[in-house]
Amino acid sequence: MEWVFRSELPIYSQLVEKIKLGIVSGALPPGTRLASVRELAAEAGVNPNTMQRALQELEREGLVFSQRTAGRFVTEDVSVIDTVKRDLARQQLERFRKAMGELGYDREGIMALLKEEE
Amino acid sequence: MAILECRALSKRFGKVQALDSVSLKIEPGRVIGLLGPNGSGKTTLIKLANGLLTPTAGEILVDGRAPGKESKALVSYLSDKEYLPEWMTAKQLMDFFADFYADFDRERAAEMLTRLGIDETMRVKQMSKGTREKVQLILVMSRQAKLYLLDEPIGGVDPATRDYILDTIIRNYNPSAAVVISTHLIADVEQVLDEVIFIQNGRVLLQSSVDEIREEKGKSVDQYFREVFKC
Repeated sequence: MEWVFRSELPIYSQLVEKIKLGIVSGALPPGTRLASVRELAAEAGVNPNTMQRALQELEREGLVFSQRTAGRFVTEDVSVIDTVKRDLARQQLERFRKAMGELGYDREGIMALLKEEE
Repeated sequence: MAILECRALSKRFGKVQALDSVSLKIEPGRVIGLLGPNGSGKTTLIKLANGLLTPTAGEILVDGRAPGKESKALVSYLSDKEYLPEWMTAKQLMDFFADFYADFDRERAAEMLTRLGIDETMRVKQMSKGTREKVQLILVMSRQAKLYLLDEPIGGVDPATRDYILDTIIRNYNPSAAVVISTHLIADVEQVLDEVIFIQNGRVLLQSSVDEIREEKGKSVDQYFREVFKC
C-alpha cells in the first residue's frame, strides 16, 4: 500500500480509510494477520499512537479483531466486509451524482450517458 | 506524571527575553514537535531541560526534579551542532557513549550502523555531513532514555536522510519515553508527531494534538503554522 496523506483531514481517519480500502478490495483478505502497530506505523511513516488509534477504530467497526497474544487480524466475517464495501460504494455514488447534478445531469441523463459510453 | 514540566519558566540573556513565563507539560509515550520560527526560544528551552542553562525565573522539572546529575541520566540530547570529536572512529564513539551512559544499548547502535553500511573503523572526519547526522542520531536514540530532546534533527539533510531519521524515531518509539523534536520544517515531521507546541518570541502560543488541529481547522499543522506565523 502506498501512504499519501491529504492535509485537510486528520491523519488517523486517513489511515482508517486506507486500511478499510485494503480490506474491502481484498488486498488484505479475511483472516489476514496485520503487522504490529510499530511496524505499520513505520511503513506508513506515522506516529505509532496515531496508527493505534486507527486500528482501534477499525476494531470498533468490526473490520479488525485482536487476539491478546497473537496480534490483530482482518475479520473473517465476510458479511461485515460486504456491508462496509456497500457503504463506501454508496458514498462514491453520492459524490458522483452530486458532481453530475452540478453539470446538469439527472438520473436518466446519467443512465443514458453510461449506456452511450459502454 | 509528566516527564517534562515547565512552570512560569523564563530565561533572559541580558536585554533579550528568550523565554517568557512558559508553562507546559509533556507526558511519556508522546512524540512532540516544538515548532517556532528561528529565534523563538526552541533551543533555549531544550538547553534548560538538559541543564546546559539555568532559568532566570520559574521552574523546569525533568521527571519531577530540577535538571542535574540524575536528570541527565534520563535525558538523551541531540544538539543542533556537531560535537563529535573528528578523530574518533564509529567504534570509539560507541565506547565513548557506553562509558558515559549506563543506558546506552551498544548492540542496537552497532546494528543500526551496520544497516547503514557504516564501518566501525570509519572516522568522523571521513564521514559526509549526512552520515554524521545519522551517526549522531543513532547514538542518541540508542540510549534507553525517558526523554529524548532532538534539536533540529532534520535541518539541512537530504530527503532520504530525513526519511531515515524519522523512520528511526518511529522504530525506537517507547511508550514510557517522550520525544521532543524542535524544528521549523513542519511538513516533514507532522506525520510522526502526536502533539505540537507553537512557540514565538519566547511564549507558548498553543499546545495541541496534530489530529485535533486538522479536525478543527480543516488544514494541516504546516498550513496552520504558516497562518499563525505569517510575516
